[in-house]
Amino acid sequence: MMSINIPSYRQAFMLMLKRDLTIALRHKDDIFNPLLFFIIVVTLFPLGIGPEASTLSRIAPGIIWVAALLATLLSLDRLFKADFADGSLEQMMLIPQPLFIIVLAKIIAHWLITGLPLIFIAPVLAVLLHLNENSYGALMITLLIGTPVLSFIGAIGVALTVGIKKGGVLLSLIVLPLYIPVLIFATSAIDTAAMNLPYSGQVAIIGALFFTSFTLAPFAVSAALKVSTN
Amino acid sequence: MQFSSFAEFIDMGGYGFYVWLSFGMATLLLVLLVMNSLVSNKQVKQRIAKQQARQEKLKRAAKQQAQLSQSS
Amino acid sequence: MWKWLHPYANPEITYHFTGKLTPWFTWLSIILLAIGLTWALLFAPADYQQGESFRIFYIHVPAAILSMSIYVGMAIAAFSGLVWQLKLADASAAALAPVGAVFTAIALITGAAWGKPMWGTWWIWDARLTSELILLFLYLGVIALHNAFEDKALAGKAAGILAIVGVINIPIIKYSVEWWNTLHQGATVSKFGKPAMSADMYWPFLFCFFGFAFFVAAVTCLRFKTEILSRNSMRPWVKALVKEEIK
Repeated sequence: MMSINIPSYRQAFMLMLKRDLTIALRHKDDIFNPLLFFIIVVTLFPLGIGPEASTLSRIAPGIIWVAALLATLLSLDRLFKADFADGSLEQMMLIPQPLFIIVLAKIIAHWLITGLPLIFIAPVLAVLLHLNENSYGALMITLLIGTPVLSFIGAIGVALTVGIKKGGVLLSLIVLPLYIPVLIFATSAIDTAAMNLPYSGQVAIIGALFFTSFTLAPFAVSAALKVSTN
Repeated sequence: MQFSSFAEFIDMGGYGFYVWLSFGMATLLLVLLVMNSLVSNKQVKQRIAKQQARQEKLKRAAKQQAQLSQSS
Repeated sequence: MWKWLHPYANPEITYHFTGKLTPWFTWLSIILLAIGLTWALLFAPADYQQGESFRIFYIHVPAAILSMSIYVGMAIAAFSGLVWQLKLADASAAALAPVGAVFTAIALITGAAWGKPMWGTWWIWDARLTSELILLFLYLGVIALHNAFEDKALAGKAAGILAIVGVINIPIIKYSVEWWNTLHQGATVSKFGKPAMSADMYWPFLFCFFGFAFFVAAVTCLRFKTEILSRNSMRPWVKALVKEEIK
């Protein structure tokens, strides 16, 4: 090799992660808008269903998780859109490191920006919905392992639709059905915890989904980006 | 033959509505699918034919232009 | 084997080969369905529990089986298209998606119409119906994505990736829905399990199943031909062919 210094995989990963986080911190509304959306959606349910504590605590896990799905979906757009629009995405695809690394860094940055805040705000909303006291641990754990899965699967959808002008609705049509397993196991873990039963089985399955999507999704995203930037 | 009369056949032992709804909807959807496939096949062919006609026209026009410029 | 398969990567050869197959599939489908449906409606015995409503079975089950197999077939086609860069495989996946969606819809509608007399309600969040509904969503996603691209070659690739992601998800979704279902409503549905079929029910079922299967084959061939034409519209053979057909 010539004197050009090619960064190692780890360096490339960190560089990408730092870049995306810096950009996100400059546009703070990217972080706050999905969060606000999450809070508003959750508050709509008691208004629509009625304020009875027993009903609310019964459906609280479902509401919080569905709202989390929708908030993630809303924030997904910014994962590749800006980079695609100004052409930097195509530049990223030319660098010598495998696209897998770049994609992984971008998805993790996206999760840190949008997934992590949801986890911090979720317990407060759970209080509003009278979630069963035993369930808080399960809620936090499922959100902690589950929201990255949402980011990983969602990234595939974004990568496929990034080149399409009206991709927003299409994105939800593509991605939401794939979110169903996470939703089922997460809410069931929270429900089980409310009954004071062990919920490690569900958490283990979400963990399995996490590692599967962690290893496979970046490949699908890379392939999809190659199609989209064609 | 399971049915002794036509009316009995239509009635399907009281389940007539559901049975005929299923068969009717299935037929309708399949017919729509076939029609859509046939129509889109025809449309694609027409589109290609139109494209071709336009190209030939352009070619002819170009040739004429070339002849005109040569003769002048 | 590759040598034998190789000519079929040529769109022109495949187009004419498909054209030759189509009438066979069409006639086989018409004959089998005519026999099977007449048999199913008129001669097959009524189920001792479900009575005449059991005749819905002869559409519902073939449609449900086909809806899932078409998705898998589509994903296999998409996968080979992606790995070996076969444009025709992408085209066949694109041709299969709407057919699969229609069969999924038929399975859902007949399932609901069967459920009303059996369960007393049109819709029940039964594991099989729910996963069929999600399958419909997956199909619609693939079709919508395919339609969203102007360039059909790109559309085929993008929809192919989605189909592959979907097929990895199908077992997970199916398993999770089944598990969710048993958790939430116990074994109330199990009495609606597979009925023990006697031979005079089995034969009409086989006729119907293969009739629908050949129907799928015939329609897919037609749509496949359309896809080939629209993707190769600038080739001389396509131009000659269209010129001959549209005078």
